This record gives sequence, structure tokens and C-alpha cells, in this order.
Amino acid sequence: MTAHGDARKTFLYDEHVKAGGKMVPFAGYWMPVQFEGIAAEHHRVRTKVGLFDVSHMGEVLFRGPRALSVVQRITTNNVGTVSPGKAVYTPVCLPTGGIVDDMIFYKVSDTEWFVCVNASNKDKDYQWFVRQAEGECEVLDLSEQYSQVAVQGPNAPALLARVFGDDVLAMKPFTFVKKDFQGAEVILATTGYTGEKGGEVYVPNAAVVALWQELMQKGEDLGVAPIGLGARDSLRLEMKYCLYGNDIDETTTPVEAGLSWTVKFDKGDFVGRDVLVRQRDEGASRSLVAFVVEGKGIPRHGYPVLVGDLEVGHVTSGTLSPTLGIAVGMAYVARPHDEIGSRITIDIKGMRKVEARVVQSPLVKR
Amino acid sequence: MSVPKDYRYTDSHEWVRIEEDNVVTIGITDYAQEKLGDIVSIDLPRVGDEVERGEPIGMIDSQKASTEVFAPVSGVVLEVNELLNDDPAVINTDPYEEGWLVRIEVEDLEQIDELQSADDYEELLGKLDDEEG
Repeated sequence: MTAHGDARKTFLYDEHVKAGGKMVPFAGYWMPVQFEGIAAEHHRVRTKVGLFDVSHMGEVLFRGPRALSVVQRITTNNVGTVSPGKAVYTPVCLPTGGIVDDMIFYKVSDTEWFVCVNASNKDKDYQWFVRQAEGECEVLDLSEQYSQVAVQGPNAPALLARVFGDDVLAMKPFTFVKKDFQGAEVILATTGYTGEKGGEVYVPNAAVVALWQELMQKGEDLGVAPIGLGARDSLRLEMKYCLYGNDIDETTTPVEAGLSWTVKFDKGDFVGRDVLVRQRDEGASRSLVAFVVEGKGIPRHGYPVLVGDLEVGHVTSGTLSPTLGIAVGMAYVARPHDEIGSRITIDIKGMRKVEARVVQSPLVKR
Repeated sequence: MSVPKDYRYTDSHEWVRIEEDNVVTIGITDYAQEKLGDIVSIDLPRVGDEVERGEPIGMIDSQKASTEVFAPVSGVVLEVNELLNDDPAVINTDPYEEGWLVRIEVEDLEQIDELQSADDYEELLGKLDDEEG
């Protein structure tokens, strides 16, 4: 019974081992959790530029004359009527309003959408998509064809421009273009999961090692280095970006998770709309807040949140913020304790209680 | 992965070194610090605290995770490694010497005999490695 015995390697595995990456099993893949150290990698992305192998994530294509109605029905955001070349972050919900997954839809044309989904949800998402499409359009799982590299940090646009051309510098956030890289067609998107400038590159497997090596080489004077999953987590947490499985799942809704901005109630009917409308009108009974710890101790997933002796919620993510130097986290907190400025107590595994304060997000301004 | 022969061990990756008759030093193993990664803070009991075998007595936080430290034996805390307050990362660099956590006056010496030998602990680590493939 080897829990991780069948974990797979991404096409960049050997590059990571050569660079001293500490490899751990994650979502079915051997992934680097850290290279030079989580805090150092975190600071590198905030001040220079870092490369992330995110090839474990899944890619799906919706295609066909009636694909528009399918993608509008299964998403909460408006992924459909935006211009081609736009990327849209959206939850996909169950009829209960619970979140199946959160993902980015890239509108290629009026009949084609390229989608990036979470690694841990790949199979579940694909099955959900096929079921919801009801044969109205093609749904293709492209995960086995694509690797993905994220290039993030203040120097990332310069590095991407060196590899893909200066027109990259004029790209607006959440847009994408198709580019040629050594004969391979790649998708270059100005998206990311760190709060920094830069992008994510979807590249056919056969070209990913060459792309990685070129980014490393051309970025040397820009301070580039590989970044592991540890820093990816602390970077996204400082921005209060949700991590599926930690902060959101099938028991939480976009309204509760502070993702109401991704729910377009006026775009027509979509799966989960009834529940989300009700939550919007009545107010959700709890919400996902960002908080800072005012004392010693690091909050972690699952720790109870108290006000006085009353349990009012639980921590979903927590870490020592490398940028702020204090412990921070995210938690579901019941009304009215979820308001900015509310004082809450985190119960650290029953050993000790530590005071915290609900604050505005993001935790780190970029 | 280093496992000193003259130490005793627990399933939860604490080590125990016998200092004199009924005094032991406790820490976490090389395996445990390696799994945790960069340690950023610790929370330890106070001198004079009574601890009970198997119960949590402290917390070690790394950048990516937090783990409880369990008392390998019951007794009273005689001394706490103050050095770790300023530099908890010493546990990463020297888990078996400078990175010790607490000294405990053991209440029942038989509990020491019930701990694992280095050979047993190495066997446990071997199994854990297999599970990770």
C-alpha cells in the first residue's frame, strides 16, 4: 500500500533534481517543494523573478458552435461574451452552490475555450464538464499534452520579452496570445498565482525542457531561479488567493469565499445560481476572511476560531508571511465576527490560544 | 539520515538521550527536521511543568507546516533550550546536539526501556521510505 508509489514525474523532473529541488509527492506528481529555501524563494519572486513548474495542472478544451452556452452554464463568471484573447478566473459550482473547482477560462474564439484546472481535481472536473455539456460541444482533456511554466516577479515581463518578443510588454493582465517557441505553439498568458507581474506559459511537453532552460539562461542577470510549491503557497496566501481543498471546496460557495466578484448574476442562468442569489440577498452566514496573528504561533488548516469561548469558525490556510514577518491566515468566520477589525482567537491544537485580527485583503499590497 | 546509536526513539520522531540516572534530554530526529524544512519558531513547555508520556508538550513551526512534540516519557521539565528562541533553525542544522528541546526528570525509569532502539527506529524509517516509493 504505497500511497505515493505511483506518483508521476513532470517533464521537468530532472531539471529540478539537478537544481537541488526537494521533491515531494503532490496531487499525484513528484513536485519540488523547495530549492534554496521557502523564504528566500518567496522574496526572490517578490523582488526579482522565479520559475514555477506547474505541469501537474490540467488543461481542457471546449469547442463547437454551441460551446458558448455550455461554458456560460457551468461557470459563475462571464467567460463567454468577453473578447477572444481574454482570460477569466471563475468558480464552477454544483447546483448547491458548492465549488467543484476554481479555474481560468481562456477565450480563444467564439467557439473555443481553453481551460486550466487544479491538478487535484483534473479527473473530477473533466467528468463534470462532459456531463454538463450533454453532448452540446466537444470537451477534450489536453492534460497529457501540455506542460506549464509560470514566470512570476517584477522582472518577469522583461524575461518573457527576451524569450517571446517585446510585444509581450504591452500585454494587459489576464490576456493571452499564441506564440511560437522553437516550432512549438505555446499559449502565453498574463495570469498567475502570486500577485506579481508575469505570466503562465502552456507548452507542449516536448518543448518544455528547452523553454525552461532558455528562461533560466536568459534570466540569469535578472535574478531568476526555480521556485517550489512551498513559496507558491506563501505567495498566494499573502494575496488571499484561494487554494482549492484548503479554502474552498464543495461545501463552500463563492459568496462565502469572498468570490462574489466572480459571480455574474445577470449573465443568464448557470449551475448554482439559485443558491448564490439567495446568499447574496440574505447575506451568507459566514465568510472567508484574512487575518493577522498578534502573538506567537502559526495558524494552520483546521484550527478552530473562537470569540470568547464560542467557536465561530475555522482556519483554512496559515503561514508565517515572509514579506510581513508575522503569522497570517485565512478562515471562515461566522457573521458578525467576519468584519474588518474583528478580534478573533485561534486555538492552536488545543495547546494555546493566540489573538488575531480580521484585516483587509490582500495581506500584502502589490 | 543520521540516527545516533546511543539514543532512544519514538514512533513520532522524538529522540531521548539518557544523561544521568533519571534525567533525559529530548529532541526531534534528523528525519523529522528534514520533513519539516526550515524551522521558524517553537513553542516549548516551561521549567517545572509536569508532562505526561504521549501528550503534546510543544509545537515546532516550519515555513510550510507545524508539528506537535510529544513527551516520550512522563516527568518534570528541568531545563528548556533557550538558544532556540533566538535561532530555532538550529534544530535543522544540529537536531541531536545543539538543537535539543527540553530536559526532563523521568518519573518512571521503565518508560525509558520501552522506547525504541536506534536499530528499531531505522527499521521504521526504512518502512516510511518504502511507502513514499
